[in-house]
Amino acid sequence: MNKRGVLSEILKSYTMIGVLVIVVWFFTWRTGGNMLLPQNVSNLIAQNAYVFILAVGMLLCILTGGNIDLSVGSVVAFIGAIGGVLLVQRQVPVPLAILAMLGVGILVGVWQGFWIAYVRIPPFIVTLAGMLVFRGLTNVVLGGMSISGMPSGFNVLFNSFVPDIVYGGVEIAPFGNINLTSFLVGIVVVVLYVIVSLRGRVIRSKKGYQLDNAIGYWVKLVMISAVVMAFAIRLSQHRGIPAYLIWVAAIVMIYWYITSKTTIGRHFYAVGGNEKAAELSGIKTNRVYFIAYVNVSFLAGVAALVTIARLDSAIPTAGMQFELDAIASCFIGGASAYGGIGTVPRVILGALLMGVINMGMFIMGVDSNWQRVVSGMVLLLAVIFDVLSKKKG
Amino acid sequence: MAKYILEMNHITKTFPGVKALDDVNFQVQAGEIHAVVGENGAGKSTLMKVLSGIHGYGSYEGDIFYNGKECRYQNIKDSEKDGIVIIHQELALVPYMTIGENMYLGNERGRSFAVNWDETYDKAGAYLRQVGLSENPRTLIKDIGVGKQQLVEIAKALAKNAKLLILDEPTSSLNEEDSRALLDLLLEFKKQGMTSIIISHKLNEIVYVADNITIIRDGSTIETLNKLTDDVSEDRIAKGMVGRELTEFYPERVRGNFGEVALEVKNWSVNHPLYSERKVVNDVSFYVRKGEVVAISGLMGAGRTELAMSIFGKSYGSNIVGQLLIHGNETKLHSVKDAIAQKLAYVTEDRKGNGLILANTIKLNTTLANLKGVSHHGIIDADKEVAVGEEYREKLKTKTPSIEQQVGNLSGGNQQKVLLSKWMFAEPDILILDEPTRGIDVGAKYEIYTIINSLVAEGKSVIMISSELPEVLGMSDRVYIMNEGKMVGELETAEATQEKIMKTILQSSKGGNRE
Repeated sequence: MNKRGVLSEILKSYTMIGVLVIVVWFFTWRTGGNMLLPQNVSNLIAQNAYVFILAVGMLLCILTGGNIDLSVGSVVAFIGAIGGVLLVQRQVPVPLAILAMLGVGILVGVWQGFWIAYVRIPPFIVTLAGMLVFRGLTNVVLGGMSISGMPSGFNVLFNSFVPDIVYGGVEIAPFGNINLTSFLVGIVVVVLYVIVSLRGRVIRSKKGYQLDNAIGYWVKLVMISAVVMAFAIRLSQHRGIPAYLIWVAAIVMIYWYITSKTTIGRHFYAVGGNEKAAELSGIKTNRVYFIAYVNVSFLAGVAALVTIARLDSAIPTAGMQFELDAIASCFIGGASAYGGIGTVPRVILGALLMGVINMGMFIMGVDSNWQRVVSGMVLLLAVIFDVLSKKKG
Repeated sequence: MAKYILEMNHITKTFPGVKALDDVNFQVQAGEIHAVVGENGAGKSTLMKVLSGIHGYGSYEGDIFYNGKECRYQNIKDSEKDGIVIIHQELALVPYMTIGENMYLGNERGRSFAVNWDETYDKAGAYLRQVGLSENPRTLIKDIGVGKQQLVEIAKALAKNAKLLILDEPTSSLNEEDSRALLDLLLEFKKQGMTSIIISHKLNEIVYVADNITIIRDGSTIETLNKLTDDVSEDRIAKGMVGRELTEFYPERVRGNFGEVALEVKNWSVNHPLYSERKVVNDVSFYVRKGEVVAISGLMGAGRTELAMSIFGKSYGSNIVGQLLIHGNETKLHSVKDAIAQKLAYVTEDRKGNGLILANTIKLNTTLANLKGVSHHGIIDADKEVAVGEEYREKLKTKTPSIEQQVGNLSGGNQQKVLLSKWMFAEPDILILDEPTRGIDVGAKYEIYTIINSLVAEGKSVIMISSELPEVLGMSDRVYIMNEGKMVGELETAEATQEKIMKTILQSSKGGNRE
């Protein structure tokens, strides 16, 4: 490969990260550094936890052939309403209530998945119906009222910070008083990441497999390590690791693994890439659709947990337009609208990009209507760029 | 020297990283049928795209003279204005529109906001009669067979007032009878003064119609042979295409070393999945032994693919009845998964539509039918997958820089090899190969034949569905002949000839609306 080829390849693989860096830099500049205040960095996760969770679920649906789930926002509200009733009004033990909420999520998924996978009703129709049905049921469950005051046992799990190993934090020179746990976790994560990544590369080179371009590899390694560490330090300067982050990280890691390393993950890509070929290769395509839609509703259940925790209440209007945030994240993250293409890390980057832009505009005090205009344009531009770069390449 | 209606001089066309055409010179005489032959990827289609303005002026080097005038076509409309009409390999008709609507699509009669449908159908009907079709122009395209659709394409070209007709593999999806009708039509047009350029892989057809034959190899014109003055035997042309002597088209194999019956089908009937009263496969029985290649010969639409897919885990049809015996035991295959578990493989005729995931890599496609073979408890062993991908790339001599290459970027022959890799890795005992060499070049064909031979040498059984009679005779041990959903004949290949097979088909045909 010639030099220009290498360069354009690096550019292509890391465009998303590059754009994210530029956007963060832009807002930091425009907000006089407020964008990167510890509190804002921490809030970025809390505010967008639901987007990360739902986007991962949405990705699996989109992978099967560009199919979307319009109902997730309503399902989040519905499950949140049930959670509110169980946790606050009925005083059901927290673990039981959580299981019940996730169980309802799966049931909703089974309901929608059955029609989509086994009766082959178009997902757009089924989930549009679901969007109406579950929004209505939310109001029925809540009687049109809000239920607030989540029990402390529930808040500890979802809306809290991991307690520090040193009470009151420690003083470390350039960073001020910091949360030692968060700082140490950051270091551990970076070290683990570097070890695993280097080990993989050494093994691959020993076996004579094709390696990523060396410059690109090191740039990526250093960049990711730096970003993770900077993030950890920012968190440590503001109360430490939020509980949301643990849930989000766990889900991202699990689904990243499933989509990239398991046969069932491979089935999603195959069905979206060429359904007939997948079928004639012995893949039960109906089951793949079914799993995708059961899963996205299950994750809507998880998103409901973090949503009622953050609002400290279950409200009839919760989850409005969540489906659109999730869908937008997937497409900004490079998922194909025809299915078969898209990865979990890139979708997370897409969600992060949207989150940063929204927060930056909020801090700048941009009118909320204009915020929507910008979000819409970002989505369109991202997909245009994706389509054009594929045409050229 | 006859005058040239078309001269393309020093045409060079580069795509990023590839020189598709390298200083090509190409001349066509007025009123001739000129064949362009070459291996897949030799540059035939690119040359025609340059000519018809799909690759517009400025995107290539060199110049084009048509009727003595220099042409600078920017798009296909420009070239059509001059009467140069290209008919693509893939039919470009809209299934849910009528024949007439299709013929005048983008060329509507009447005014923009008031299409004159009477004129449309009247003229369409006239052109249809010219190509020998008696169909009502108000018939929907989806309701007529592929052979007739191809004729509609030609009628559509005539409606555009074509003077120079370019046909890109016009017979690739037609049976022998429809192909012959189409070629005769071209000869008829020639008498009326039409000039045609035909791209084809089928050498016998080229020899039948062409006056001159230009051979293209690796983006350059190698030579132009004249039918009257040069040797235009298939051997001669094939030699020009591949640049080497093909001593034999079919690799040698020790025959007659058969084991017991591996698969037997008795009284198998299948109905159409949508029109469930229509019998597509009617009371068919056949068997294949270990170490045997059995060919199922017949015309397009005889029900061969439907038979194979219905056996392969009920992938096609409704009301499937009949007995299936694998190694002598009666077996019911309810799904493709069952079929694969019983060591059956079906290699589809439609590699792009039903076989491969074009946007995925060679590696991923290779392991798709046997993910169990590269995983433990549902978790994929990445190293093993790479090893498998490499193993089959070497075994089948797939030409690719890497197994991480997207399958969509490969040539037809290499795609076919990836498809075969996928099914060989599923470790079947019985392989059904549906048109295994359709649309691929001579060299790749030979390699695929070699693979088939090595499979049966290992004691596997091969059922080969093929519409090309020379291939059937060259590769099989036994031939079944299928027509209109029924088995109408069985021959030992040693006794079979093309004429015998064709005669069996013709004799069993009921006549009338056969496709």
